[in-house]
Amino acid sequence: MSKIAVTMTVNGRQVERLVEPRLLLVHFLREELGLTGTHIGCETSHCGACTVDLDGVSVKSCTVLAVQAQGKEVRTIEGMAAPDGTLHVLQEMFREHHGLQCGWCTPGMILRAWRLLQENPDPSEEEVRFGIAGNLCRCTGYQKIVEAILAAAAKLRAARTVEAAA
Amino acid sequence: MSETTELTREARAARLEGLGCRRKRVEDIRFVQGKGQYVDDVKLPGMLFGDFVRSPYGHARIKKIDTSRAKAMPGVVAVLTAEDLKPLDLAWIPTLAGDVQMVLADGKVLYQNQEVAFVVAEDRYLAADAVEAVEVEYEALPVLVDPFKAMTDEAPVLREDIADKKEGAHGPRKHPNHIFTWEIGDAAATREALARSEVVVEELITYPRVHPCPLETCGCVASFDKVKGELTLWGTFQAPHVIRTVASILSKLPEHKIRVIAPDIGGGFGNKVGAYPGYICAVVASIVTGRPVKWIEDRIENLSTTAFARDYHMKARIGATREGKITALQVEVIADHGAFDACADPSKWPAGFFNIVTGSYDIPTAHVTVDGVYTNKAPGGVAYRCSFRVTEAAYCIERIVDILAREVGMDPADLRLANFIRKEQFPYRSALGWEYDSGDYHTAMHKALEAVNYRALREEQKKRQEAFRRGETRTLMGIGVASFTEIVGAGPSRNCDILGIAMFDSCEIRVHPTGAAIARMGTKSQGQGHETTYAQIIASEIGIPADMITVEEGDTSTAPYGLGTYGSRSTPVAGAAIATAARKIRAKAQMIAAHLLEVHEDDLEWDVDGFRVKGAPDRFKSMKEIAWVAYHAPPKGLEPGLEAVSYYDPPNMTYPFGTYVCVLDIDVDTGVYTVRRFFAVDDCGTRINPMIIEGQIHGGLAEAFGIAMGQEIRYDEIGNVHNASFMDYFLPTAVETPRWETDFTVTPSPHHPIGAKGVGESPNVGGVPAFSNAVNDAFAFLGARHIPMPHDHARIWLAAEKLGLHG
Repeated sequence: MSKIAVTMTVNGRQVERLVEPRLLLVHFLREELGLTGTHIGCETSHCGACTVDLDGVSVKSCTVLAVQAQGKEVRTIEGMAAPDGTLHVLQEMFREHHGLQCGWCTPGMILRAWRLLQENPDPSEEEVRFGIAGNLCRCTGYQKIVEAILAAAAKLRAARTVEAAA
Repeated sequence: MSETTELTREARAARLEGLGCRRKRVEDIRFVQGKGQYVDDVKLPGMLFGDFVRSPYGHARIKKIDTSRAKAMPGVVAVLTAEDLKPLDLAWIPTLAGDVQMVLADGKVLYQNQEVAFVVAEDRYLAADAVEAVEVEYEALPVLVDPFKAMTDEAPVLREDIADKKEGAHGPRKHPNHIFTWEIGDAAATREALARSEVVVEELITYPRVHPCPLETCGCVASFDKVKGELTLWGTFQAPHVIRTVASILSKLPEHKIRVIAPDIGGGFGNKVGAYPGYICAVVASIVTGRPVKWIEDRIENLSTTAFARDYHMKARIGATREGKITALQVEVIADHGAFDACADPSKWPAGFFNIVTGSYDIPTAHVTVDGVYTNKAPGGVAYRCSFRVTEAAYCIERIVDILAREVGMDPADLRLANFIRKEQFPYRSALGWEYDSGDYHTAMHKALEAVNYRALREEQKKRQEAFRRGETRTLMGIGVASFTEIVGAGPSRNCDILGIAMFDSCEIRVHPTGAAIARMGTKSQGQGHETTYAQIIASEIGIPADMITVEEGDTSTAPYGLGTYGSRSTPVAGAAIATAARKIRAKAQMIAAHLLEVHEDDLEWDVDGFRVKGAPDRFKSMKEIAWVAYHAPPKGLEPGLEAVSYYDPPNMTYPFGTYVCVLDIDVDTGVYTVRRFFAVDDCGTRINPMIIEGQIHGGLAEAFGIAMGQEIRYDEIGNVHNASFMDYFLPTAVETPRWETDFTVTPSPHHPIGAKGVGESPNVGGVPAFSNAVNDAFAFLGARHIPMPHDHARIWLAAEKLGLHG
């Protein structure tokens, strides 16, 4: 199969590869770039384990072709912590509130929550639940995930208030 | 003065983060950064990818398999069929249940999506292409999907390989499609007691076929080193050591030449206990090609081939006095095992521990028979988030008790309270042979009832029912109560083994010279947080802060042999091994401390993190100091070093319990329900990490919710599986999933070194009947007796329709 050159920015770093047009974005990330934090749970867009951020939108990377990400910005779980290793508030709150168990849904869940909190910085519990409805978890029963996201939202808002005041 | 003596006793204890601490999880650091290492993350030089050709038929003879076109495709390295496996004696493999199963279809297929050929290619895309190019000619055969028809004269014979075999692994077979009859209890006495009972109710209670469905599917990477003759097998294994033994027996490679590694696992719930054709084929392919071979299931393969659960059809008969005192219980089960008996039960227990079916009640006499049958469905029958067949048993007894309560005109909670085994009766010997270790069922139930204000809810429900009858509302209220007793921690060697290996578990602890430690166990976490909680047990036992203890599992080259993690056995069995190993270390530490403090050992007492001379509080040696001495200058006659191993054979099972209450409102015109409250009171004995326990309860309840309210792996009459994808198989999202409320009581296990019982599976065992009872309770006043699971909106609507509620 003939290959196509694809260029995109992944976690702030520009990458360029020759790929088959049928290569899925999730396999591009995992196998071409070695970013194995993005997981595959169903390959049919239902479970959300493969959720990444693509030009400001949460997408399920198991049903996006790598070539569709041409020229776009991708963020994965590997791009969430600060360069010095400091965890993102969402990562901290997931740990603090026991928002994960086996860790399989966690990267997609955090990426989705990250986008959700930019779309709605002060969500209600119902809005969080609705906002992560595309991400399945088999371990936690969701309650502690929801608590973690609400706690992260509060912390992010507080940080913004401090910033604005300064 | 050392740091240790400056701190208060409480501060020293808190610093350990031992038993009872809501310690944050060690695992999370890597998981929240996407740095877990799961099987599909394993990438080796030259690695190939395997994929299956699968049967579109539920039952068919294979006329011909043509692999030539696939083999000629670029990037395809090999295509294996049963013919290739036969010279290796691997076309069929023994199952854990004493049956045999095909690895690749040998002459016929027995269920849809059965493995027919294994394609090995340079990458997963090329393998998928080549799967399409394998041509298989089938001749369709009559299909058997109804387990009740399995033993009829007209039923097609499914297993021609054993059609004439009159004796199975568990006794005589009555029919070519019959697997076993398992019987326990006193049949005559139970019959007699039922005949004498003032009230007898009978109901067929079906627990549908469901699937554990962890978010990570099954998979492996097999890498055979031809030069060393060594096989390394990474895989999604809940029981890596058993997998190594099985791999050795099957491949004939000596066991020391096999290294099995279970890395991080993305949920298991019983799905990852068994040995599947994918593992065998990957190993063979690696040996044949000399290159590493990866095999990863997709979701459809997962839901339709590896490890279904339940499919138990239970006819229950319960007798009682008019006052609601239970006199006898009889249960006859038809168990649908699919095409091969590949149940993952302890070898002597073909129906698992189904004889826990007398539940939390003091039932004088009982009798159970279970008949396992073959059908054209996927093999399996794993303990999905339960100890072997305990979920089925709990559902059966909790439903029939509710039906009985209705029959005798009693409140279902009151009927339970009247029949519970009383606290002072423990240890309690059940009519079906178990010795319950400890329990306080009344207290747990009262706590749950008070928390939801149960009596007021019943009043409200009564008013609602009257309003409904007057036509003032179309919403019914259901209150479901379930009081489960689990039996976990398999198990004592006298009655529990897997392929002859006793179901002990193990722990090895090494304390390093600086007072840090590493501990390795025979179990394997799939999300339960062993790295966190196991360290807490050690911290409390030997006074080393949990943060200074590394916990490792899953690598058979380093970890001691153990039977793995399933059936809530990690805490009851490995947890006990951990405490026992730690106590051996403490005993040696005491000798060293006695030497250092120049006293007799008996003059010392343990104090949080070291030994103190009785009556002389200033004379103290911390574990840290003792560890250094163990390596630096051990007392004369004592070996250097500070380490211990324990293989723990549990004296008994443990019996966690609890009471759950579910309150829901149902719109009879749409079948849509709203869960108003779900309150769970659990007793898992000593609590190691309350945060993790809450997480386990929440997760198990969500799985119970999914099962009760929507899950069923459904086959049509020609053997097509109808819901093997997330489009059709109900997995609850955060939107549907209720909010959970939890509380607990603590009744330690008297025989466990730290009194812990295990918790992960209780919520699934108790949750399902609580939901189902709530739905049934909503309609019971209108004459509904038993509305079967799953209770999805459509089926609830149908139940209302059958009752004539739609005018």
